[in-house]
Amino acid sequence: MASLTNRAKVLEQKPMNFMERLYLPAIFKGMAITFMHMFKKKATISYPEEKRPFSPVFRGLHVLNRDEEGRENCTACGLCAVACPAEAITMEGAERKTSEEHLYREEKYAAKYEINMLRCIFCGLCEEACPKDAIYMSETFAPSNFTRKGFIYSKDELLIPNPVNDKEKYDIAKGMREAQLKNK
Amino acid sequence: MDLMAVNLAYGIEKLLLIGGIITVSLIVAMYTTYAERKVAAWMQDRVGPNRAGPFGLLQPVADGLKLFFKEEIIPLTSNKTLFVLGPALAMVTAMLTSAVIPWGSSIEIFGRNVSLQIADVNIGILYVFGVVSMGVYGIMIGGWSSNNKFSLIAAVRGASQIISYELAMGLSLIALLMMTGSLSLKTIVQQQMEGGWNILYQPLGFLIFLICVFAECNRTPFDLPEAENELNFGYHQEYSSMKLGLYLFSEYVNMFISSAVVSTLFFGGYDIPFVDEAALSLSIGANTVALLGFGALFTKIIFFLFLFIWVRWTIPRFRYDQLMDLGWKKLIPLALANMLITALVILWLNK
Repeated sequence: MASLTNRAKVLEQKPMNFMERLYLPAIFKGMAITFMHMFKKKATISYPEEKRPFSPVFRGLHVLNRDEEGRENCTACGLCAVACPAEAITMEGAERKTSEEHLYREEKYAAKYEINMLRCIFCGLCEEACPKDAIYMSETFAPSNFTRKGFIYSKDELLIPNPVNDKEKYDIAKGMREAQLKNK
Repeated sequence: MDLMAVNLAYGIEKLLLIGGIITVSLIVAMYTTYAERKVAAWMQDRVGPNRAGPFGLLQPVADGLKLFFKEEIIPLTSNKTLFVLGPALAMVTAMLTSAVIPWGSSIEIFGRNVSLQIADVNIGILYVFGVVSMGVYGIMIGGWSSNNKFSLIAAVRGASQIISYELAMGLSLIALLMMTGSLSLKTIVQQQMEGGWNILYQPLGFLIFLICVFAECNRTPFDLPEAENELNFGYHQEYSSMKLGLYLFSEYVNMFISSAVVSTLFFGGYDIPFVDEAALSLSIGANTVALLGFGALFTKIIFFLFLFIWVRWTIPRFRYDQLMDLGWKKLIPLALANMLITALVILWLNK
């Protein structure tokens, strides 16, 4: 059969010559290669001490946002829950009282807001669906846990620290959520 | 009365020496497992164990503790006596060889001249051979008594491999013995101190001997008795807890002792290269020189241990027929030729 391209190489199966049959030169060559590898840069990242940086578009653990005055953005409209293909989000809305205006930005807020991290597929559709910029995904992932219940994150785990009375933590949490998790 | 006192001191001295050498071999074997993992990691661009203690130095301790605390299972269908005997035998034979290796020249303690060799047997090498070939019984008994097909195959493989390679090993050594004219390891070392290391006169013999040592220690590329992807770890498949630990450990003790034998036979033993020991001991004392000599031997041993590990992480395993082919059709004729040439050269030089 004629070859389709002219790049085909005919495989020659010559019998091995004496040096090849001796096998030792090949062994020494291999040993030189492995020896050289001992001094090469290691690919390992020592995980807890050293972390691989995530890209800014990484879709990690969810964060519930606050505005500059520290009021929660979420109005419990339920669009994120509807958008969620894994049905990981549940919420209960409540009406804001007059004394609670410093806590919630709009008249309605989420009294209960839970994300099941075992169901979540981190697709980011909730982030896209939110009209109030209330939920976004951070650059970290859910840490391991001993129970299934531990993976159902409630509002106090998801909420970002208050930027008014906890500015430092808020700044950390803006990029890295794990600082918040450690303090929990 | 005088004689009794001398004998008592002699006995204590030997007991201490035996205890010391066994401790040293066990510790070295322990840290060879660590070195194995570390070097393997480096050769594969990883960092290796580094969590237990500084640089992971406590890793072997952790491994040992783990093995001690694991559940010990003796299979119902196994031959229980032999099943327990197997690992014990493997360990004992691994340690026995250290008795005839000269670990250094003699040192002076409390006015007594203490030789750093447990027993200067005049048939040293024969003793080494005898005990080393006993080592295969550990493998065979373990594999047989497990009552498991894989273990049995591994045991048969191990036995036939060691028998095949023992022949070439012995033949390559006969050439060496014709040169030295003595079977005592101490004499061989002393001759090398005066006349240069045996590797210079017997490069081919050394190569054959080294290959056979790899085969005797069941190390890659000759690790067919414990080929994990062919035989599920082979002869120690049914073993758990410290019995498994003893098998794995005896392999490392074997490596250590084999390295010592190779260094003694071909690399001058406790000879410090390019140094005249007799002249040096006049200036800094005989004890210091003896300790330096021990250090020299140890450096050589560590190099060979590294070689064992280095080869393991470079070369893949032989196929079984290739192994037999190499042993019977290549190494034995080569060793025979080496022996004949050495004999002819010795005759020609003596003429």
